[in-house]
Amino acid sequence: MASSAMAQGVGGITALMPSFSSSNRLQLGFSKHLPEWKRSSIAIRLDASFSQSSNSRKRASKLVTSAVVVKDETATSPATSKTGHELLLFEALREGLDEEMERDPRVCVVGEDVGHYGGSYKVTKGMAEKYGDLRVLDTPIAENSFTGMGVGAAMTGLRPVIEGMNMGFLLLAFNQISNNCGMLHYTSGGQFTIPVVIRGPGGVGRQLGAEHSQRLESYFQSVPGLQMVACSTPYNAKGLMKAAIRSENPVILFEHVLLYNLKEKIPDEEYVCCLEEAEMVRPGADVTILTYSRMRYHVMQAAKTLVNKGYDPEIIDIRSLKPFDLHTIGNSIKKTHRVLIVEECMRTGGIGASLRAAIIENFWDYLDAPIMCLSSQDVPTPYAGTLEDWTVVQPPQIVSAVEQICQ
Amino acid sequence: MAPSLSKLLRTAATTAKPPSWNGLRAACTRSISSESYSDKTTITVETNLPFTTHQCEPPSRIVETTPAELMKFYADMFTMRRMEIAADSLYKSKLIRGFCHLYDGQEAVCTGMEAALTRKDCIITAYRDHCLFYGRGGTLLEVFAELMGRKDGCSHGKGGSMHFYKKENGFYGGHGIVGAQVPLGCGLAFAQKYSKAEAVTFALYGDGAANQGQLFEALNMSALWNLPAVLVCENNHYGMGTAEWRAAKSPAYYKRGDYAPGLKVDGMDVFAVKQAAKFAKEHALKNGPIILEMDTYRYHGHSMSDPGSTYRTRDEISGVRQERDPIERVRKLVLAHNIATPAELKDIEKEAKKEVDDAIALAKECSLPDSSELFSHVYVKGFGTEAFGADRKELKGLLP
Repeated sequence: MASSAMAQGVGGITALMPSFSSSNRLQLGFSKHLPEWKRSSIAIRLDASFSQSSNSRKRASKLVTSAVVVKDETATSPATSKTGHELLLFEALREGLDEEMERDPRVCVVGEDVGHYGGSYKVTKGMAEKYGDLRVLDTPIAENSFTGMGVGAAMTGLRPVIEGMNMGFLLLAFNQISNNCGMLHYTSGGQFTIPVVIRGPGGVGRQLGAEHSQRLESYFQSVPGLQMVACSTPYNAKGLMKAAIRSENPVILFEHVLLYNLKEKIPDEEYVCCLEEAEMVRPGADVTILTYSRMRYHVMQAAKTLVNKGYDPEIIDIRSLKPFDLHTIGNSIKKTHRVLIVEECMRTGGIGASLRAAIIENFWDYLDAPIMCLSSQDVPTPYAGTLEDWTVVQPPQIVSAVEQICQ
Repeated sequence: MAPSLSKLLRTAATTAKPPSWNGLRAACTRSISSESYSDKTTITVETNLPFTTHQCEPPSRIVETTPAELMKFYADMFTMRRMEIAADSLYKSKLIRGFCHLYDGQEAVCTGMEAALTRKDCIITAYRDHCLFYGRGGTLLEVFAELMGRKDGCSHGKGGSMHFYKKENGFYGGHGIVGAQVPLGCGLAFAQKYSKAEAVTFALYGDGAANQGQLFEALNMSALWNLPAVLVCENNHYGMGTAEWRAAKSPAYYKRGDYAPGLKVDGMDVFAVKQAAKFAKEHALKNGPIILEMDTYRYHGHSMSDPGSTYRTRDEISGVRQERDPIERVRKLVLAHNIATPAELKDIEKEAKKEVDDAIALAKECSLPDSSELFSHVYVKGFGTEAFGADRKELKGLLP
């Protein structure tokens, strides 16, 4: 299904510790060994050229289609390349899941084709052989009821990881996720905890069609009682998976169809990421760019152009979609005074819309320019490649948005 | 012997301290002692009607019971009946708001089931849950306090009529959306199989919910994996205002499991229910899911907002009350076997009424939840869920 054509590797991105975070207790002794963050060099190979847009234009006239991010051969590898092991994002997810299942016998996986088939994106490959059919449970195609079953099992103390083969299919389980998963802790007066993890790939892929390219972050964000995180690199994929499984709250882990084959070197030691923390991708001074999931890479690509043009963007991968890490975001805004949000959600009612509202409410006095939010268009994702590229935000749009904000 | 409720109330009135929680709970549990009735002598009872089966052999129609059990059935069912009637008048005097679904008429289902199960078994049901909660060991105070939205309710006033839960006694609620509890119930059964608990889950639903797709999805999975799930259809013949023959092409709900065996039971006969529940538990522990259809009836409408007479005649309601009332049936048995005199039964009834009234009086005194409770229990405090303001120093809201 989803091709791995997008990224061959974003090499050399080392683990980043935001210096303002105070929750280092979750990184098990790892932070001491980490060197300073080094900006890796990323070569961008473009299949189509893009024209220079004047400042008065709001969008580039031609879009970059099929932009691919590849590892630069001449890049110097960071100092930590001696320790750690390299793997792809779906393998990192599997490693996190595997470690947690070994650690706690109550953790189990429930989903379609997760067992014998090994998972449609190979996240659970080999796990049914290791843990047995009951712990890695192949379900029939019945999202509503197997999500409900997962919630019911969690009420007794099990910790199921419920996989939606594609996030869009979980719309069928919306009642179970919203009413039972999110609300049971409250309506029972605290008697039941629902420590489930609901995970699956979402987002716009490569011409998968409208129904298989949905972004459910916007639908679930107002369900009280749920936590939502989005992973974007192998490092944070493994860390967030582990943290989500260990959390007593129901967590939805949003993965992206096009990011499964990202390669990165991750530490050998055990580590867990903080669920509520954002990740500082690139410190800067001119503008704060907030993004998550796949758009992080479009932003990084645009950053290369922006740096050449003399801008110094600060890029934050917000990671935690509910609740927002207003601490990291706020400190960044206090420094740069300009915000650009780049997301893959729809314009209407998306994560960007909520984030914008939260920033205005908390940091109005620090803003020097209106917050810009680049989101996907409010259309069903078309099949045709060119149209599909038009629905999501592309790097040139990000570049011209930054130019506009920084006028 | 636990202090009597009236004594506790008097103490509460004179001292400034609120009565102790444990004292209240003890006083509100059944003080009608069936200890004076023998639990050694056996009485054999024949169920009123034979069992109808689908893909299985019926259990015996002969049920054994004891005088103690008979009197307990009587006392419990009468208390449940009083509880529901009292809730009716509380609703009409606007002390209970929102939706209130009453169970009177169906008491035999929950009482019979309890007699066949242990507290290790799980019960989950929809919104008609007051009596099931009581049967699982909930106190009258917890019931009325929750119905009136007070802090001492079983869900601390945050759930309401449709969200009664008692985790330690294996009662998993209390769910508002029709049918959604059945997959949850199969999840409970999955957890029981996973942890090798040797217990079963009874997932209750109504004739209206029987047409929900998720039910068949859950049944399919339970049968595939041999989960110890018993699906109990409390067929009171009306899904809110729609009669079963207008909603279901095949109202033989016990047959709708297809590959799963089914048993149709007279739900107004507490002994038939007990026998069927025992049979179902044994079956589920060995062979996976089974469906029980309880042919029962509710005297009230669907909820307090429904008069219950626009879609059925008053004659039908009074006819069922005269001929099939579950409490009357037990009463006749008690008198026929000379276990108690009418005067003793009257005493038990008076005691039950008093218990209910006392619990209501106590519940009316209970305080409403604190405003800080608005934000408690949204998330579980612990691993990474402290929520601060933008500076990580200032707390925006109290999240205990």
